[in-house]
Amino acid sequence: MNLAFADIRHRLGRFLMTCLGLGLLMGVALSMVGIYRGVVAEALALTHSLRADLWVVEAGTRGPFAEASRIPGDVREMVARLPGVATAGAVTLRSAEMQAPQGLVRVQVMGFEPGRPGGPATVAAGRDLGGARFEMVADARAGLALGATVLLGGDRYRVVGLTGGLVASGGDPLVFVTLRDSQELQFQLAPPAARRAQAAGAGPGALDTVNAVIARLHPAADPATVAETVRRWKHLAALTDAEQSEVLTRSLVNRARMQLGMFTVVLLFVSAVIIALIIYTMTMDKLREIATLKLIGAADRTIIGLVLQQAMLLGAAGYVAALAIVFATRDRFPRAVELGPTEVLAMAGVIGLICLLGSLVSIRAALRIEPQQALGG
Amino acid sequence: MSTAPLVRVEGITRIFGTGDAALRALDGVDLDVAAGEVVGLRGPSGSGKSTLLNIIACILEPSDGRLSLDGQVVWDGRYHVADLRRLRRERIGFIFQFHNLLPFLDATDNVALAMTLAGTEPAAARQRARELLDYLQVGRRAGAMPARLSGGEAQRVAIARALANHPRVILADEPTAALDSERARVVMDLLRRVAQEQQAAILVVTHDEKIFDRFDRMVALRDGRIEAIG
Repeated sequence: MNLAFADIRHRLGRFLMTCLGLGLLMGVALSMVGIYRGVVAEALALTHSLRADLWVVEAGTRGPFAEASRIPGDVREMVARLPGVATAGAVTLRSAEMQAPQGLVRVQVMGFEPGRPGGPATVAAGRDLGGARFEMVADARAGLALGATVLLGGDRYRVVGLTGGLVASGGDPLVFVTLRDSQELQFQLAPPAARRAQAAGAGPGALDTVNAVIARLHPAADPATVAETVRRWKHLAALTDAEQSEVLTRSLVNRARMQLGMFTVVLLFVSAVIIALIIYTMTMDKLREIATLKLIGAADRTIIGLVLQQAMLLGAAGYVAALAIVFATRDRFPRAVELGPTEVLAMAGVIGLICLLGSLVSIRAALRIEPQQALGG
Repeated sequence: MSTAPLVRVEGITRIFGTGDAALRALDGVDLDVAAGEVVGLRGPSGSGKSTLLNIIACILEPSDGRLSLDGQVVWDGRYHVADLRRLRRERIGFIFQFHNLLPFLDATDNVALAMTLAGTEPAAARQRARELLDYLQVGRRAGAMPARLSGGEAQRVAIARALANHPRVILADEPTAALDSERARVVMDLLRRVAQEQQAAILVVTHDEKIFDRFDRMVALRDGRIEAIG
């Protein structure tokens, strides 16, 4: 007979409630791990979707995500003619708030030339942008329906396509519009401001400006070599996709990662203390039973097995509850909760270790219980 | 009744603390309990009853004297048995004031546990457990959890557990304190029957005057010394 199972079966309701509580706690810790991974995944979502080998930006910057970058629109044609470049596309990128049917929605607006790099890799519903103006492909996270009309920068846009999982590093959903629309949105002054600028002799400003040019290279081309060629033009800088990913994960979201990472560690520490206390309480609740077992001759391994098996069962059941809770609710989180097999298994290992270490104090306490404590009232 | 003592306590002394704070809980106690004999141990609180019981149970080491169980010297300045838990498992049965059945095991498993701890196969242990429960006339409650048993039934199951490994010595600590007069007498009669049929030596600590007449001998302790044997 297994004493640990028998005791749990006897106090099943209490055990399940404890597991549920622990599940919620572990669920929070697991969510933090998922959010941590999600921040990185979201930061890289766009670059992965664009499948760019090279990012050409303004000299002296590491744009367009980490720093502002402005380059002339004709740079795209220059880059496209470079040896090793298969295709190139100009893009713009800016944050904006648009008036959607459900209210104001904060988005990251990406302008690109349809048919060239810069658009979404796949459109989950509807269609990609054609040549028509004032059309938009929006990420599902924006909460827009196909055919919905939104007001952006004084113009009305119609949603013709939806993507999934394309968000900016800050978590804002991406919306794609044509390059011309985005250039007007970003660089064209409103009529009163334009008149004021003209009166001051500043001129209307160049509209054919982009934030970056992205290039896809031929399979045999070396991104570092092509980037070096671009850098010879003094007004341009170039980052390979690996360098851009490094900028996104190490620079742009580094504070968020650190914050989430440290909070996860604190949360795991708190979980460890709570789990240890629960195991200790469960053990001390059985003080008389353990004393009786010792008195009737139970070996230490029987006592250790009882405490350790219950601790591991508690951890396992709590973790299953945590997984159920997190996977049932993660789509309701405003930002991605990325949990793959690696994270799930790693966290299971951490929980197992916490339960093992947490039970050591209880095992020590159980082994110190004197058999005399079974005697008397 | 056999006259060979299964429990022999010779000049057992137990001192708690040292120096001025030293307390002589037992002071040269001599006591024999023979096979088939049921001996009562009474005395006021602090007289040393529990200390003597703990020493015979090998869970408290004496300060002086000699303790022999089943003809073997167990302690005479040091323990002569390496594995005291094994000694308790195999040679001593315990009966408690509040039965101390494990609340998460049914009656059968509570009895069988004592045997599986001693290495008996679970199936064989459960079979003997059912036989013991039948022997103690509580077999119909074999599948009941302790919380569902009456005080008398629970104490019978506890006695069955104490008998599980054929112990020669049974130590009982206030086994009838939680029972009414009738059930107390039933339990004592069962212990007398066990002592006779299993040829066990039974030592019972009790305050319960209504069962004093059920003992072969009654030993009275006061201030750590034997005051009277009746």
